[in-house]
Amino acid sequence: MRVGVITFPGSLDDHDARVAAAAGGGEGVALWHGDDDLSGVDAVVLPGGFSYGDYLRTGAIAQHAPIMAAVRDFAADGGPVLGICNGFQILCEAGLLPGALLRNIGLRFVSRPTFLTVERRDTPFTRGFDHAGPFSVPVKSGEGCYHADDATLDALEADGRVVFRYVEADNPNGSARDIAGICNAAGNVVGLMPHPEHAVDPALAGGDDFLPMFTGLVGAVSAAPATAPA
Amino acid sequence: MTDSPTLRAADTTTPPRSAGASRFPANETLTDERARELGHELGLRGDEYDAIVATLDRVPTVAELGMYSVMWSEHCSYKSSKVHLRTLDATSPAILAGPGENAGVVDVGDGLAVAFKVESHNHPSFVEPYQGAATGVGGILRDIFTMGARPIAVMDALRFGDPTVDGTGPRAAAFQRRIIDGVVRGVGGYGNCVGVPNIGGETIFDDRYATNPLVNVLAIGVMPADRLQLATAERVGDVAILLGSSTGRDGIGGASVLASQEFDEGLEAKRPNVQVGDPFREKALIECCLDLYDRDLLAGIQDMGAAGIACSTSELASAASMGMDVDLDAVHLREPSMESWEILCSESQERMLALTHPDHVEEVLAIAATWDVPASVVGEVVAGDRLRLTRRGELVADLPARSLADEGPTYDRPQQRPAWQDGYALVEAEDLPVPGIADDGDLGAFVLGLLASPSLASAAWVHQQYDSYVRAGTVLGPGEADAGVIRLPGSTRGVACALDGNGRWCELDPAEGTRRVVAEAFRNVACVGATPIATTNCLNFGNPERPEVMWQLATSIAALGEATRTLGIPVTGGNVSLYNESRIDGARADGDADPRFTHIWPTPVIGVLGLLDDASRAIGSSFVAEGDIVFLLGDETRSGLAGSALQAYLDLPLGGRLAPVDLALEARLAVVLEQAVRAGLLHAAHDISDGGLIAALADATVGGDIGVQIVPTDTKDPAQLLFSESPTRVLVSAPSRSVRQLAQLCVDADVPLADVGTVGGDRVEVQGLLDLALDDVRAAHLGGVPAVVDPSPDRA
Repeated sequence: MRVGVITFPGSLDDHDARVAAAAGGGEGVALWHGDDDLSGVDAVVLPGGFSYGDYLRTGAIAQHAPIMAAVRDFAADGGPVLGICNGFQILCEAGLLPGALLRNIGLRFVSRPTFLTVERRDTPFTRGFDHAGPFSVPVKSGEGCYHADDATLDALEADGRVVFRYVEADNPNGSARDIAGICNAAGNVVGLMPHPEHAVDPALAGGDDFLPMFTGLVGAVSAAPATAPA
Repeated sequence: MTDSPTLRAADTTTPPRSAGASRFPANETLTDERARELGHELGLRGDEYDAIVATLDRVPTVAELGMYSVMWSEHCSYKSSKVHLRTLDATSPAILAGPGENAGVVDVGDGLAVAFKVESHNHPSFVEPYQGAATGVGGILRDIFTMGARPIAVMDALRFGDPTVDGTGPRAAAFQRRIIDGVVRGVGGYGNCVGVPNIGGETIFDDRYATNPLVNVLAIGVMPADRLQLATAERVGDVAILLGSSTGRDGIGGASVLASQEFDEGLEAKRPNVQVGDPFREKALIECCLDLYDRDLLAGIQDMGAAGIACSTSELASAASMGMDVDLDAVHLREPSMESWEILCSESQERMLALTHPDHVEEVLAIAATWDVPASVVGEVVAGDRLRLTRRGELVADLPARSLADEGPTYDRPQQRPAWQDGYALVEAEDLPVPGIADDGDLGAFVLGLLASPSLASAAWVHQQYDSYVRAGTVLGPGEADAGVIRLPGSTRGVACALDGNGRWCELDPAEGTRRVVAEAFRNVACVGATPIATTNCLNFGNPERPEVMWQLATSIAALGEATRTLGIPVTGGNVSLYNESRIDGARADGDADPRFTHIWPTPVIGVLGLLDDASRAIGSSFVAEGDIVFLLGDETRSGLAGSALQAYLDLPLGGRLAPVDLALEARLAVVLEQAVRAGLLHAAHDISDGGLIAALADATVGGDIGVQIVPTDTKDPAQLLFSESPTRVLVSAPSRSVRQLAQLCVDADVPLADVGTVGGDRVEVQGLLDLALDDVRAAHLGGVPAVVDPSPDRA
């Protein structure tokens, strides 16, 4: 499976997302913001970083990049699209996901491990998880406070579109209802603030709790990452 | 010893020729008198001005005067430290680039080389904390990728005033919080946005840094060993291309006016001297340059930080004994009205000067365009030794490149051992009035207070504002281990790096203090299981024109050389920050007589780089598993309260004698640690340093969320047991199955080993002395810094 990772000017975790796709058994394919097609990839990741320096407003400029028209079409056709951190912000700015990301409640950048529960395990990005967690994953953002009006939040809850939630009392940024990630109505477009691509390697500081996101995406039979060959 | 510049004396019997209306435009020409006056305003001494006149054989133009003033500043020329720095040995086959290059480069095997260097941005960070710190990160990153390496990690060593002081004025908490907040946001704001993980450092609070905060940033980069880029011209006819941001009026004179003078009143007036950073541009510039290196399109490259175009053009030309013609009209400017000298001396950030063959110019410009990096062809390498700069078709400067870059003044400034050194030795430092030991007070409450003191408390508040994960290489991040560990891309190998300083030790005894700091950084790298291989350093001192300060600097450099040679970790480069001196409020009436009242502690900050064959084996500093056995490895606990954190916390005068560090034992200890980690015998290792055993236990228990029971073998001096900072001691924890092998390693290497306790439970206990709930230790340790620097109720 070819997983396209878009590099916008100022994208930082594009490299990491390609590595994570490979860790999941797929192929990470570099896509360029100025292109107008997706090179036939099977899934698209909008990675973390500071596209356009976060100038104006996070994600506000990137959503106008030429490649975003192709992303919109791909998403409308049911293609799997994942927005991580800045990618989540871009998806919200692009109208592909509801709500917005505001400054963290503490008004500081927060970089630390968080624990998430997986609320829904039937999206392309969560089908690899064999239980609801909690799972450890780093968060690192200054504007990660998920916000939407109450009606939207109620609708998200009612429709089962809250995909990831911070465990109680571990909400790092003041996100409404501890929401860490959501999906669109069809479930093929998912955005979250924490960084699953930093949690796919047991040798690294972020651990590997989120490897199932990528193994699941690639379609391999999911298994707990620690399972040793017989 | 006299203050003797090695300069050619100008012939003062006949007035020097003016630059002449025929050769230079009228607005660039000066009379001798006016030029001397302007030179003085720009920080040039009278004899330095004379030397410029002698070099040029005429009065300099305005542009030339601007260039010399910056390039001959302390910051750029190292004129006070050069004679001493020359003594630092750097020969080793593994060192591909040493002192004098933009960064040290070490061959680490597997076809990879690692570049690393630490640099200060102290003065700008006081004047404008956010931008000062941010551009400090930007500057050191450019040093790394100028060498051809991709930056893969940064670390920061920060020193601020005491954030617990009540009242008003610069020494008080409110003012210090503004500096702390700005600097931490600046380091994070730049590093996070440019996408380089922060893997550690240190944060120290001490009133002595109240009006001279220290912001030292280290960066590490990796590259194929054969891709080393050098800052030198290669061929006549090569084209100079200015890559990156447009040149503006920001930061003009940063090196000379800010970094090479002490602070007086009038800080606001210096704000325009501080550069403004744009990490988004830097990220694009990094990718653009790495792309150019991959395609082998460049013949030479130099970054532009201090002294901008003046520096980069003269250094590229001088290194090759060539000349360069530069057309300032081609430089992309923010403001077309800029004067020539402003263009030359601008320290606008995120710029590089690259040299390429004329056939490659189009390709270089096309690649720059891909990355949205502005680029202009500004000059050409020429035969001879002249740097010739033109503006609006007219010559504005014409001088030997070498005279700017390499033939600046050098001073062997007078030194004098300060009289106050004798006083330190008379202080009784080893018998301190600790409550509960010296009297029947509450030792537990005292210890919790000490652990919450900002310098000993956890720096998590700082670290959590920095991205430590980006680029998929961080094995051990900030606060997790004695050194940060990064796995090299495409390899199982890793590098470890530690950054350490201790101004109080070095004030007490610059030689022994420096040796101890080197030993500590070396030991910290060994604690994660790495083999220490090379050193970088940032020497933060006061005003070198004071003989006492010059003695501290020279003594410290000599000790640095001796210790790094003994330990086999050659110095590959570094940075010197002098004039860390202020006369802003709070200076005593006799401050001018005794620099201790106006200067920082002498603070050499030492970075040691280490190598791991298998990065995944690196161990952290936190206890891991119930039942693990705790050992003290290395030297026994000796008298070590002189200059200690305990002495400072008790608010007692600095004093006492530092016990000498046994570097031979230190080296053997490192070998044991490396072998034990490689064999998988240890779960954790943490050196005992600031705050002594109790501070090390707090780190290890809070970090691991598990308690410990220490059973001291000797309790005759409980204060030394708990708080001594005597060197060459490491606390390790190991599962019981490892014990025999560990003991054998220690016997073979002749390193003492003592069984001192067991990991487990939810208490931090030192039998017969102290029994604290882990929850209380955690609250003190994690709460200490935010309670004083960020006491806002909304913290998430």
